[in-house]
Amino acid sequence: MTTLLYDGSFDGLLTAVFEVFEYRYKDVEIASKERFHQENIFAEIHEVITQTDKSERVLNKLEQNIGKPGIYKLLKVFLSEDPDLENLTLSAVRQSVKHPEDNILENFADSDVLKISKICKSVDRERHRMTAFVRFEKMKDDVFFAKIDPDFNVLPLIRKHFKDRYQDQKWMIYDLRRNYGLFYDLDDCEFFYPDEKIDLHHYQQKFHDEEKNYQVLWQRYFTKTNIVERKNIKLHIQHVPKRYWKYLTEKW
Amino acid sequence: MNFDRLKEKLEILADAAKYDVSCSSSGGTRKNKKGALGDSSPSGICHTYTEDGRCVSLLKILLTNHCIYDCAYCVSRSSNDIKRAAFTVEEVVDLTINFYRRNYIEGLFLSSGIFKNADTTMERLVRVAKKLRLEENFNGYIHLKSIPGASDDLMQEAALYADRLSVNIEIPTESGLKLLAPEKNRQDMISPMRYIQKGIIQYKDEKKILKKVPKFAPAGQSTQMIVGATNENDLQIIKVADHFYKNFNLKRVYYSGYVPVLEDQRLPSLTTEVPMLRENRLYQSDWLMRFYGFKAEEILDPNMPFLDLEVDPKLSWALRNLDQFPINLQTAEYQLILRIPGIGVKTAQKIVSARRFQILTIDHLKKLGAAVNRAKYFIDFNAGNAYLRYLTDKNFRRLLIGGSSSKFHNQFSQQLTLF
Repeated sequence: MTTLLYDGSFDGLLTAVFEVFEYRYKDVEIASKERFHQENIFAEIHEVITQTDKSERVLNKLEQNIGKPGIYKLLKVFLSEDPDLENLTLSAVRQSVKHPEDNILENFADSDVLKISKICKSVDRERHRMTAFVRFEKMKDDVFFAKIDPDFNVLPLIRKHFKDRYQDQKWMIYDLRRNYGLFYDLDDCEFFYPDEKIDLHHYQQKFHDEEKNYQVLWQRYFTKTNIVERKNIKLHIQHVPKRYWKYLTEKW
Repeated sequence: MNFDRLKEKLEILADAAKYDVSCSSSGGTRKNKKGALGDSSPSGICHTYTEDGRCVSLLKILLTNHCIYDCAYCVSRSSNDIKRAAFTVEEVVDLTINFYRRNYIEGLFLSSGIFKNADTTMERLVRVAKKLRLEENFNGYIHLKSIPGASDDLMQEAALYADRLSVNIEIPTESGLKLLAPEKNRQDMISPMRYIQKGIIQYKDEKKILKKVPKFAPAGQSTQMIVGATNENDLQIIKVADHFYKNFNLKRVYYSGYVPVLEDQRLPSLTTEVPMLRENRLYQSDWLMRFYGFKAEEILDPNMPFLDLEVDPKLSWALRNLDQFPINLQTAEYQLILRIPGIGVKTAQKIVSARRFQILTIDHLKKLGAAVNRAKYFIDFNAGNAYLRYLTDKNFRRLLIGGSSSKFHNQFSQQLTLF
């Protein structure tokens, strides 16, 4: 058994996949350095150094076989942070190399493919919910600021959505769990990685003067648009899971 | 802007608009222009859900709840003693923009009570949309309610700025409408709808020849009808919906289970429960017509003009057409697979895709997301299927119902005790 350790990046993962083929490893697993704890003392460790020429060769091959949508699916598996993500990716690449004529990601009867499809569904759902449940709060410096805490690392997947939508206001979306964010300054929309966690103490004091008013208006709207006679809390929670409530203005 | 007064108006005019069930923000294709605000995605986004479980994707308000009409089913009717209010055009625009900037909504759904007359009201609605588009550079979604009797010129303008237009036909039958809204007539509701429909067709034709044609109600039209306020049956309702889909190319027909809010001898009493399960069955039937290739005539038997409350309409159809089953999963056409109870559109697509790779079994079916407890009785696998012997059992219906439980079972139990 050989364990390939990579740096935790998507390129690193694809480099590792490349090297599995390069060195003709059969009994192999890929693991991220950060999350790796050696359990199998007989395993041999192979350190992978991320090389974009190798990862790009894997990408090119994959694009021929499963197309851009297929690569997008594998990216979603990567962003899911699923403990099994490396081995699912390797399984998909292996199958794809073996059956280059087919789009193996459509073979839902295969257990790895089905798992990939399920992970993609979960990540997509979270991605969609982030386009819905992000709540911007206007700050004194006119930046519209939003805090998120998604189960999957979906910030890279929502960048385009928000970039297209809000072109005439400065905005920032910050992932509290992963400690990085996305900032649009009216020209560029880039990721940023602060050295320390952003300080959210006395955060509300930094609100723009009009912010509280619009929050109250939204809360009143939310209350008044409800039809009491049709109350259905079970359905409500199904649509708006409680873990999102703390960031929703209307669930103050 | 006087915040307290604005808040009060919003409370009154959101409350009065909440019975309109349309909430869709889909079908929009408006792309953001450089440096402007808003972008509509074709699938639409629900930004939150009310405690009754309905989606909130648009700021849904009335411009005013002053109304010259006295329709029995409507809270804003002239004889109802309630607080009245009216927004200014600027207030609606300000609320829409500021809610949109905070990502609360996809856009605006603006309806109105009829003050003075149809054209004055319609003109005011159009002015809001126009200001949003031209002065605020807003590319979010706008749904305007067409006011029955509004002139063609105003409808033309409305369609240039709004994504969707709708006229509520209110009551499924004309006799019901006469009873509950004697001042309104079906023709006034239909004529703006007809005008927009022609416009959409014309737009599509011009688009083929010319590159730049101004958008014309790109997300189409919808309508809604109240269910259970008069004594129409489900067959009539489905026929009306089918008529609108076929002859008016409507995008959606909504069904709104009547919520008893007013005491009136022509209406069900205030203690009547909201017919939630019936409404749900109507939506299921609507889905069958729009996504599953069912014809309106197939959904209900003229001898039994009400939808079965015990089983969903697709299962109900299957039980009336047992001779069409079993359907072979490996070889049957997609359209037939869609007809198997317990198999939805996505599962059907996955089946057609996966079977190219291997022979499918019941285990695969479960993993692909089918409701196997129902589906298993209707399917033939290449390797055979032991459950098929129940298909001819005279107690088949009971067996099926025993194997599934409705999500409405406890919550709206009153309707089920009718059986």
